Formats: sequence, structure tokens, C-alpha cells
Amino acid sequence: MAGEPLLRLDKLSTHYIAGGGLRVVRAVDEVSLSVNAGETLGIVGESGSGKSTLALTIMRVLPMAAKIVGGHMWFEGEDLVQKTDAEMREIRGKRIAMVLQDPMASLNPLFSIGNQIAEPIRVHERVSRASAWERARGLLKAVRIPSPETRVKQFPHEMSGGMRQRIVGAIGMSCEPRLLIADEPTTSLDLTIQAQYLNLLRDLQREHGLALIFITHNLGIVAKMCDQLAVMYAGRLVEAGPVSRIFNAPEHPYTQALLNSIPRMGERDQRLTAIAGQPPDLSALPPGCAFAQRCPQAFHRCRSEAPPVLHPRPDHTLRCWLSVDAPAERPRVLAGAAAV
Amino acid sequence: MGRYITRRAGYCLLSLFLLSLTIFFFVRVTGDPAALLVEPGASAEDIAAIHHQFGLDRPLWVQYGLFMWTLFHGDLGQSFYYQTPVFDLYMSRLPNSLMLAAVAMIFSLIVGIPSGILASVRVGRFWDSAGKMFALLGLSLPSFWVGLVLILVFSVYLKWLPSSGAGTPLHLLMPAFALGWYFAAAHMRLTRSSMLDVLGSEYIKLARLKGLPEALVIAKHAFKNALIPVITLAGINLVIMVNVAVVVETVFAWPGIGRLLYEGITFRDFPVVQGVVLLGGAMIVLVNLLVDILYATIDPRIRLER
Amino acid sequence: MSTPSDVVVLPSPSPTPRRAVRRLAIRFGDFPVIPTAILLAVALVAIFANQLAPHNPEIGSLTARFKPPFWQTGGSMKYILGTDQLGRDVLSRLIFGARVSMVVGIMAVLVAGVVGTVLGILSGYLGGWVDQVIMRVTDTWLALPALTFAIFLAAIVGPSMWNIVIILGVTYWTRYARVIRGEVLSLREREFVRLAVVAGCSKWSIMARHILPNVVNSAIVLGSLMLGVVIITEATLSFLGVGVPPPQPAWGLMLSDGKQGLMVGYWWLTVFPGLCIMLMVLSANLIGDWLRVKLDPQLRQL
Repeated sequence: MAGEPLLRLDKLSTHYIAGGGLRVVRAVDEVSLSVNAGETLGIVGESGSGKSTLALTIMRVLPMAAKIVGGHMWFEGEDLVQKTDAEMREIRGKRIAMVLQDPMASLNPLFSIGNQIAEPIRVHERVSRASAWERARGLLKAVRIPSPETRVKQFPHEMSGGMRQRIVGAIGMSCEPRLLIADEPTTSLDLTIQAQYLNLLRDLQREHGLALIFITHNLGIVAKMCDQLAVMYAGRLVEAGPVSRIFNAPEHPYTQALLNSIPRMGERDQRLTAIAGQPPDLSALPPGCAFAQRCPQAFHRCRSEAPPVLHPRPDHTLRCWLSVDAPAERPRVLAGAAAV
Repeated sequence: MGRYITRRAGYCLLSLFLLSLTIFFFVRVTGDPAALLVEPGASAEDIAAIHHQFGLDRPLWVQYGLFMWTLFHGDLGQSFYYQTPVFDLYMSRLPNSLMLAAVAMIFSLIVGIPSGILASVRVGRFWDSAGKMFALLGLSLPSFWVGLVLILVFSVYLKWLPSSGAGTPLHLLMPAFALGWYFAAAHMRLTRSSMLDVLGSEYIKLARLKGLPEALVIAKHAFKNALIPVITLAGINLVIMVNVAVVVETVFAWPGIGRLLYEGITFRDFPVVQGVVLLGGAMIVLVNLLVDILYATIDPRIRLER
Repeated sequence: MSTPSDVVVLPSPSPTPRRAVRRLAIRFGDFPVIPTAILLAVALVAIFANQLAPHNPEIGSLTARFKPPFWQTGGSMKYILGTDQLGRDVLSRLIFGARVSMVVGIMAVLVAGVVGTVLGILSGYLGGWVDQVIMRVTDTWLALPALTFAIFLAAIVGPSMWNIVIILGVTYWTRYARVIRGEVLSLREREFVRLAVVAGCSKWSIMARHILPNVVNSAIVLGSLMLGVVIITEATLSFLGVGVPPPQPAWGLMLSDGKQGLMVGYWWLTVFPGLCIMLMVLSANLIGDWLRVKLDPQLRQL
């Protein structure tokens, strides 16, 4: 892609700081990645790998204990990290929107659907109540909710789970954002509704040309939806690149393990390899690679030094010593390290 | 929902039964009820007469039946001191008590809700700690002492407010403050924790993600949801206020139910004491039922679940 | 706002030894030193009241009535905090009043705690009709305003210090029963209890040896929180004339006596006993709050 991407994160770090700075959880640690206009980026990782914190960091809606401690977020030429709270409020919901995990809990039970969809439109575009509600009806139709005329006046508890999720989607789309972040938007839905919802998102994306960031731990969804993939582990980005390349030739051992852990059609005998061990405590990370303890291919250097960020190809990011030191040289390195 | 209300009403009846049983039982287990039922200074013949009149010489279950029979007829006995039915006395004092409780409630909500919201929005910072301290003080100061100090300052030294009695709105100020003080602390605590619950919810996160100004997030999305438990508690507390106002009403000589109870104690007017406690308990049991029903009608989720 | 609230510059981490010290400080640093000191002081005063009090608390001299504290005109060092309407020394009465508050407070909490804990365990562990009966009674009694109920009981049994202890115990055991029952319900499903059942332990030995030790923490936390409530209720009953009978020196009784001098400005009769009650109750509440956070995370909602 030519030109500047829509969103480019540059060594972004967000830490949870507790106990007056005594306990620091590095939820997002020097993450750099980018999303182009109209493209879909999938971010995968185990729970606790920092994906959700990363999304909240982009939105700048962090819990009180979490702080952005470094890096930049370039969005349409502006650095979101430098924005004041008031400036950020004008971007949030308008130019970047986000859809949360739980559709049951993310709608306010005491306000009507129309009220909640019209709300961002009224705040950001300062239009009249009547026209905001008119747009709310249009949005309900766009997310394929039947008889929007009556639905706008109803309350969240009168809707099914799938409907509520589509309403949350409608709220996200209400001000026609340039970028939509979806944080595990389908985990609470059953499979058919999940598929419908994903199709809906893809259609909306095509119609409006918006960029999508898809946060998930479901690699099936990534395969179906995404152009680019970023793999996170323990707050760090370990591998990123086009989905097709990473699926066909994963280079980071964690990505490999992740891909091995999904069952494949037709390969009935293939063993499902769960990844042994536990992810590390983010407040006491080992000095080297965070994955070293669970990595089947780890060698001495992995445990002592954090791997550098590599770009084996222009669109491929990798953080692993294996690509620096070819396997054949490994014993030498080991011996050399021992000599030191 | 019909079944839910029926069950609640059943519990309520059971509670009323247990209440009457408790009071009946305690009066009889702690000594000769005749000693409580005769006027102070009665002779042995009087006591014997009382025994017969109230059926105290009959088996316990017959006695209980008699006790309940008179209760069902709204007969709580005759006050020794006033020589009028206890029920009439109670009803004549109730408006005063309700007025005092209402003013105290308004005061406690005006203080408790905003300070609770402030504490929740500034959780862990100065205003939160200040609020916590205020709540602890509210729970640690006996209301009658607050009342006495108020009299000392505003009546004795400053001579701004009347120290006792009823009649003008000025008479209400100090008793309402003394009574509302404790409840202000309770309402603040609940508002704070309820706000914290709501502020941690996904729909507040979504409201922020929509780019709404923080003031709107708090005022529209958080406040309304957080208020539901506070209002419920306030409803129950209003009735509790009527029943715990005894010390405050004593200190300020406010002619309410609490004062009636105090008079009953000092004049050894047992029917009055028993009547006030019985009616107070019944009132609270009924209000709890009312709240349950209200909840079931207001909150659609309860309606669907049960 | 000029600087965004969620963006910070990270301070450089402090060296490890100091960190360790601060870690300790975090664990014990919020220990309520002053409240503990106050409660200990009150306890010592209560124990050594005979040695500490300068005068007999129950006998005054009628020639020395309504003396103000020593720093006011008319006051003297003989009666440091003044005298009451019978010429009794306020300080001595306060000192002996500490004894009443301590004894009533601790004993009533113990009575309520033992009764409530036992019934809560029975109710939670045995279930069935035992549970139904105990919980129905608990709910009904909890619904009654505790103060009115205590006044009623006090009015029928007559005033005495030990009656007050029993009355407060009878009034407040329900709060223990509710909380303890809830705890037992979850304990009952735990692995070690199930193992004990499988191993053939009897119900009673399971309740005594496996359940009881696990609810003691909650009972202690609840007890420290109840201490303040109980002391206030005792003062209120005494104030209304159904508590500790005169001439015994109880703080609530002193406030009741103080009413007589209030309108003519004998403030010391009202202010000092009230301050004593407040200090003691506030201390008990602060300690209770601290214990609740440290000992029993489950009770935090309380």
C-alpha cells in the first residue's frame, strides 16, 4: 500500500500501575503496527495478552490504573497520544468507533434503543433530535433489524442477543467512522448468528470503506475476515503480516503453536497440540523473550536477551531470535554464551 | 409474576405471625405479664383481677388466641396514662413522625447522593477519603448526642432555633438534621458503591466509547441506574426513621411516635410500648413487601425471571 | 485540561531494597494505630478505674454542684472536668463509664456472636426445616428496627447491666446468623468438607472441626464492626432510662443527666460523655473496616 496508513502505532506501551508504582503490569509493551484504510487487521492472542488493553488504548478509554507510558498513535496524520481529553472525545465514536464483547451488558437497560443509537449522532454532529432518530431508524435497517420503526422505541431487554449485538454494531457505525475496532464481538453469540454478524460487518465495511481491527482468539474468524494479522503474546507483538503468509508459513514458534492448536478439516489424526505451560506474569517478565519458557525451540539467548523487532520482508514483522541466528549456528551461540 | 407476589405475601404473613409470637412470648417468658398490665402501685387483688380479665390463668395457646383475636380487631388495648385506645394515640402522633421523617429524608438524600457521586467519581482520591471519613462519623455519632450538641450551639449559645416542641418549620430543622445525619452517611455509602458498580459496567464503557462528554456519561447513563437501589433503600429507611426517631424525638420533645414510646417507658404504660413496637414491626414488614412488589413491576428482568 | 489524564511519564523504578521496605509498608502500613491505641487506652482505664478515678463516681458533694471544668472561671483542679447536678466528678464518672461500655460492648458482642454463629452454622449446614425455621426468625427479627426491639425488651425485663447484655445479644445475633449461614453454604461445597463426609465424619464433628474454624474470621470481623453498634445502642437505652440504672456511671446515663443542665449552658455534662462514645465507636469502626479488608475479602460488600 502506498502512502501513510490510516493508523500507525509506534512503540506504544500501556502499563497498569498499582501500589504507587510498585507493581507495574506491562499490558501493552512497545507495540508497533499499522492498519490501512479499508483493510481488516486481526489481532490474536491468549486472554491476558493485552489485546483488549491495546484496543482501549487506541480509544483512550483506559481504566484508571492503566497509563500510556510511551509511544505514538498516528491516526490520519495526528498523534492520538498527544490529544487532550476533549480533543479525543471528538474523535471517539466519530472517527474511530469500537464494539464491545458483551452485547447483553453494553446497552444501558434504562434507555430506548433509538435513544442510544441517536446519542453519538447528536453529540458529534449536533443535529436535531428528529433527524438523529431518523438516522437511527436507517441504521437499524442497515444492520438488518426488521421493523425499525417500532424497534427504536423498544428497550434492550426486549431484544435477542443477536439483535443487541447488531444494535451495538449500529451504534459503532452511527457516525460513519474511518476505523472500527471490534473486541471479540461474537464470543457470546451462537454459530449461525455469529456468521450472520460477520457477514454484516464485512458488507458494512465494503459499503463505507472503513478499516476494521478485529480482536479475537478465534483463528477461524481471522481466516474469514482479515487481510492482516498481528499476534500478541504477553503484551508484545510477536509476529505480524498478511494473513495468508502467516497462516501458510508462520515463523514465530508461538504463532506456530497457535495454528497447531486449531483442529483442521480432513486431518482427523492430527494431534491437537495445546501450548504447554502458562503465560508469564506481566508484572514480572523474564529478561529475555516472554515466550521462552514455553517455547520448544528456545535456546540460551532467548532467556537472557529480549529479541529485536525484525522485518524479514517489508510487510512482515517478527520478534524472535530464531530468525537472527540460523538453527545451525545455535550451538555455537550457546557455547559462546557459556564462555562469556 | 403472580406467583412471585403470592410467595412474597406469604412470607410477609409468616413474618407478621412470627412478630406477634415474638412479642407475646417475650412478655410471658420474662415474668408475670400482669405486673406489666396493671397500673403502677396496684394491689394484689387488682393483679388477680387482671389475671382473670386477660385470661392469664388459661393455657398459653388460649392466651395467644385471645391476644391475636384482639389484635385482629385493631384493638391494641387502652393506654393507662392517656386513658385512650393505643391505636388512636398512635394515629394521632403518626403525622408528626412522618413529617419529621420526610424532612430528615430529604436532608439525608440532598447530602448523601451528591457526596456519594463525588466520592465514586473521585474514587481513591481526596474527596473519596473525605466522604469515607464523613460516613464513618455519621455511623459513629449517636443521634441523640448530635441533637444535644445542636441544642447547645443553636439554642443555648446562638439562640437561633427553638430547642424543643413543634409548631413552626424552625422547630423541624434540628431534629431533622439529627435524625437525617446517620441516614445521610448510609445513603452516601450506598450511592458510592452503587455508582462504582454502574461505572464499571460495559454500557458505561460504551457510552465513553461513543465520545460522550464525561458529565453526560455520569448524569445520564450512570446516575439513573445507580439511583435505583438508593431510592429503594430510602423508601425502607423512611419507615425505619419513623421507628428509630425515639431518641431524637425525646431530645427535642417532638410529639411523634418515638416520643409516645418514650412516654410509654417513663410512665410504665405497657400497652403503649407493646402497641408501638407491634405497629412499627408490622409497618416495616409491609413496606418490605411493597418494595418487593414494586421491584417486580419496575424491573422487567425480575418479572421475566420469576 | 491541557495534559491528557491517561498519559504519564514513567518514573524510573526505585532500587530493590527500598522497594521491599515499601512492600512491607503496603501490607502493614494502613494498620489503624491510633484507633487501636484509643481502644487499648479505654480498656486499661476500664480495668484500672479504681486506681485512676480521683473521686467516687457515685457519691458527690451537694456543695460542689455544676462546677465547670478547671479552665473556666469557677472551675478547679479538684474537679478537672467539672461536676454534675449531684456534685459528682465528671472525670471519675467517665472513667467508670468506660468500664460499663467495655463490659457491655464486649459481652453483648460475644453473646450475639456465639448464638448467631452457632445458629448460622446449624442453619447453613443442616439445611431443610432447621434452615427454614432459623432463617424465617432471623429475617423477621432483622426487619424489626433493632433499637425499638431492644427498647421493648428492656421495658419488659427492667433495667440492669446484665439484662442489657442479654437484650443486645438477643437483638443482634441475627446479623451473625445471616452472614455465617452464607459462608457455610459455600464451605459445604468445598473439597475438604466433602472429603470429611466421605471419610465418615459425623455431621456434628464436621461442623465443629471443619466448618467452625473457617467461619471464625468472619465472626471476628463482624464482631469488631458490631462493637460500635452495640455501644451506641447501650448508650441510647441508658439515655432513655431503660439501660444501665442510676446511680451507676454509664456514658448514656450521663448524657441523660446532662440534659438538665443543657439549657443553662452546662455544656461539659453533654460534650464529654458524647466525645467518649464517639471516640470509642469510631475506633471500633476503623479497626473493623481494616480487619474486614485484611481478613475477609468476602465481607467487603457488607
